[in-house]
Amino acid sequence: MIGIKGGTVYDPLKGVEGHVQDLWIKNGKVVSPEDVDKNAAQIIDASGKIIMPGGVDIHSHIAGAKVNSGRKLCPEDSLRLLRPREKNARSGSGYTVPSTHLTGYLYSEMGYTTVMEAAAAPLVARHTHEELEDIPNLDKGIFITMGNNHFIMKCIRDGEYNKARDYVGWLIKATKGFAIKIVNPGGLENWKYGKNVHSLDDEVIGFGVTPRQILTTLGKINQELKLPHPIHVHGLALGRTGNVDTTIETMALMDEFNAHFCHVQFMGYDGQYGKFPRSGAQKLARFINERSGITVDVGQIIFGPATTMTSDGPAQFSLHSKVGGKWVNDDLESESGGGIVPLTFKCNNPLHGIMWLTGLETFLLVDDPWKVYLTTDHPNAGPFLGYPEVIRLLMDKEYRNQEFEKLHPKAKKNALLPALEREYTLDEIAIITRSGPAQRLGLKNKGHLGMGADADITIYSPKNNKEEMFAHPAWVIKDGEVVVIDGKMVLEQPGRTLYANPKYDSAIEDDIRAHFAESYTIAFDNYPIQTEHIGLCEKIDCE
Amino acid sequence: MSQVFQNIVCKFCGCLCDDITIEVEDARIKKVKKACVSGRGYFLDYDPSDVKPMIDGQEVEWDEAIAAAVDILDRADSPLIYGLSSTSSEGQRKAAKLADRIGATIDSTSSVCHFPTSQAFQAVGEATCTLGEVKDRADLMVFWGCNPMIAHPRHFARYSANAKGMLTKNGRKDRTVVVVDVRPTKTSKLADHFLQIKPGTDYEVMTTLRALIHGKKIGKGVEGVDMQQVEQLADLMKSCRYGVTFFGMGLTMSPGRAYNIAELFTLVAELNKFTRFSAMPMRGHGNVAGADQVLAWLSGYPTAVSMACGVPKMGPGEFTSVDMLANKEADAALIIASNPAAHFPQAAVKHLKSIPSIHIAPAGECLPDIANVILPTACCGIDAPGTAYRMDNVPLRLQTVMPNIRPTDEEILSRIIKAVKQ
Repeated sequence: MIGIKGGTVYDPLKGVEGHVQDLWIKNGKVVSPEDVDKNAAQIIDASGKIIMPGGVDIHSHIAGAKVNSGRKLCPEDSLRLLRPREKNARSGSGYTVPSTHLTGYLYSEMGYTTVMEAAAAPLVARHTHEELEDIPNLDKGIFITMGNNHFIMKCIRDGEYNKARDYVGWLIKATKGFAIKIVNPGGLENWKYGKNVHSLDDEVIGFGVTPRQILTTLGKINQELKLPHPIHVHGLALGRTGNVDTTIETMALMDEFNAHFCHVQFMGYDGQYGKFPRSGAQKLARFINERSGITVDVGQIIFGPATTMTSDGPAQFSLHSKVGGKWVNDDLESESGGGIVPLTFKCNNPLHGIMWLTGLETFLLVDDPWKVYLTTDHPNAGPFLGYPEVIRLLMDKEYRNQEFEKLHPKAKKNALLPALEREYTLDEIAIITRSGPAQRLGLKNKGHLGMGADADITIYSPKNNKEEMFAHPAWVIKDGEVVVIDGKMVLEQPGRTLYANPKYDSAIEDDIRAHFAESYTIAFDNYPIQTEHIGLCEKIDCE
Repeated sequence: MSQVFQNIVCKFCGCLCDDITIEVEDARIKKVKKACVSGRGYFLDYDPSDVKPMIDGQEVEWDEAIAAAVDILDRADSPLIYGLSSTSSEGQRKAAKLADRIGATIDSTSSVCHFPTSQAFQAVGEATCTLGEVKDRADLMVFWGCNPMIAHPRHFARYSANAKGMLTKNGRKDRTVVVVDVRPTKTSKLADHFLQIKPGTDYEVMTTLRALIHGKKIGKGVEGVDMQQVEQLADLMKSCRYGVTFFGMGLTMSPGRAYNIAELFTLVAELNKFTRFSAMPMRGHGNVAGADQVLAWLSGYPTAVSMACGVPKMGPGEFTSVDMLANKEADAALIIASNPAAHFPQAAVKHLKSIPSIHIAPAGECLPDIANVILPTACCGIDAPGTAYRMDNVPLRLQTVMPNIRPTDEEILSRIIKAVKQ
């Protein structure tokens, strides 16, 4: 039992904006004061402190095949951050691709308590689960990539919508996934022929379907299966000049499905293909402000080292062709693929400057903070350790202008940013870093501090320098236990893996069995993952 | 009464064939269907019966044996943990935890097979794919310095040359098979083209191929290699729809080592400017790929990791087991699910025999003439469960076909972790 007394609480979902309020915790939950024996409770004196729900990351790459290939690819990254073992903590290494335990420690020490792994191909989801079990102090979930899935594309081709829906239900259950992820629909399949898709109506080779059909079919399925999180979309043309128009076209298509669009910074460049881009943030924000359903996370550039990794194999090949150096590609049978290219973002590189501006302007131009969430698409645009810096950029215009001055003149030319006066409030920061993502993920017990909420709580010491404030919370409480004091982990405990449990017609399994016999190199019976093999977990019902 | 199990994974080699039928009667495996000759032996020879642990050749009780193992590790200044390739990833995770706790060096059998592949991966990356993509798409496969007909007998049938897939409905007829090796092999006999090269010229041949695919003219060529055949291979590589190069220890352990693989990965990456091409190492032991994965996610490095300074460090030539032993750097050893005596040079084996050591392995594979403390385990994939990674890094769940009588690696390592000094 813990009582947190005298703190100033920011709990946007409950409409609490900076009120002094006591909080009581019992059995890992927030409870009312009368449920607690106050004499037996541990009391944290939080007077003068800022209290928020634990941070919730809606899109990050922390575990699984791609992330681990990134670790294997970048021994140089291990040397950027080495953490010695301690009495009750493991050693670790890695800055943009930290080892598993270190990932848990670093997120936890930054006040985060829930992080979503944004992409696992179903075939290797078992690997992702193994790693998630080795990431302590965080609750986690996996987004399962489906935008290039042969079974689904065949169903679309043959007009068998119900079959596709039941298959997706089965697949989420078989992989113990949390959400449906679409990555460059059809583009990965075409990449297996050395090609890509460039518009919503391009054809997917061998299937005769289009990205448009894949997007709307999965959008509809997502709604019918009542999955906790709406469809999570990484669209077409990542990284290309002029892709903002394709992104807006895709958003318009997916508005009726309430879609979430990830790392829109990478999808938001204005200008003519092949030419030097401009920030497309204004166009993006105008669209998002006008539409009710669409939400985005930003994927803000952090200057310094990054490890780009995505299922978007053709995008990674195109990046590799431009920047040279190390490149990993992995084609996955019947399902997906991916690529990795390590990169350093430099403030004096004109293109990187435009990318940095696109992200920040998106944050500042989207009026409603419930529609935009803080991510760096870790480790694509930079590591999650950059979040406190982004918070400072959003809250402190003077600092933002200072940083803007460091950009290359070509990036600064005609930039909108200096004219943007907006400074995020603490309440808005709470929205974009926990309450918004939690609500959007459909996690009813997270992102707020109401009765019955998971006791995932972060307590900050207010500081003028918001980067320092958010980098080192005074206390972090996870499931009702103090896990961090003064920015340092004091307790390691396992987190839970959250998985969705959609209802579907299990008669589909005969079709899937036949599909496996024809298309897979592993047996149908060996594919599903049982809950007893994924460590501590929690079923999220779909209703 | 016999019991039949289907779709069992065979953990013998990196193919992890998961279609095996096993018949169990009176707690012994009586029949094995679909497995290759190696797999059949692995299952049929397995004896699950109760075997006592040993200290210096004398049978003892488990508590005493664990205490002796803990004592060896507690006294050591520079313990080495080696092996891992035939245990489950769960066991491997425990071994890595132990290494971190006691500041040991941890190394897998990759150290003496595909560590050069990992080093090349660190240097240039790799374009790769799963075996299903090979089955579905590959119209050209180049086997370089490997002999799957002996080492991976079902590879051709299940995944590569003879498999029928989405774009290769006619199986072998839809594919061109090339073997590059220093001598004719059982595999080369089945190839459409066999390019025989002089030992030690792999790197030069690959560099020549890189030049040829970029349209460069070659003067004299590589000594002792038929240049017409090399040119033909370059044409095949450039003009195929989806090519795959499989490579083995003929490349990783011959002169050039990591440089050979980096050159191959570079060649394959460059081929993607013209068509689609992938490379894949032919991993030997059933879960050796898993050992690389597990060590990478827990430490950042795949092989040869020292925890002695409290942080993970990788050191090829330093923390690789052969070097740790031959240089007399290790003063105790914990061997898990492998047989170093079969693969290590004499100097390394000699030092290993001279230091206190522990062997955790399925009962039939224990080495009492090498290790002081023998901890005979169950076998994951037969009477112990777990997870293993196929050569293309696809994870598979290992089922059990009988209850275990002896403890699992995971259980033994957990007991040791609980008892050792930090």
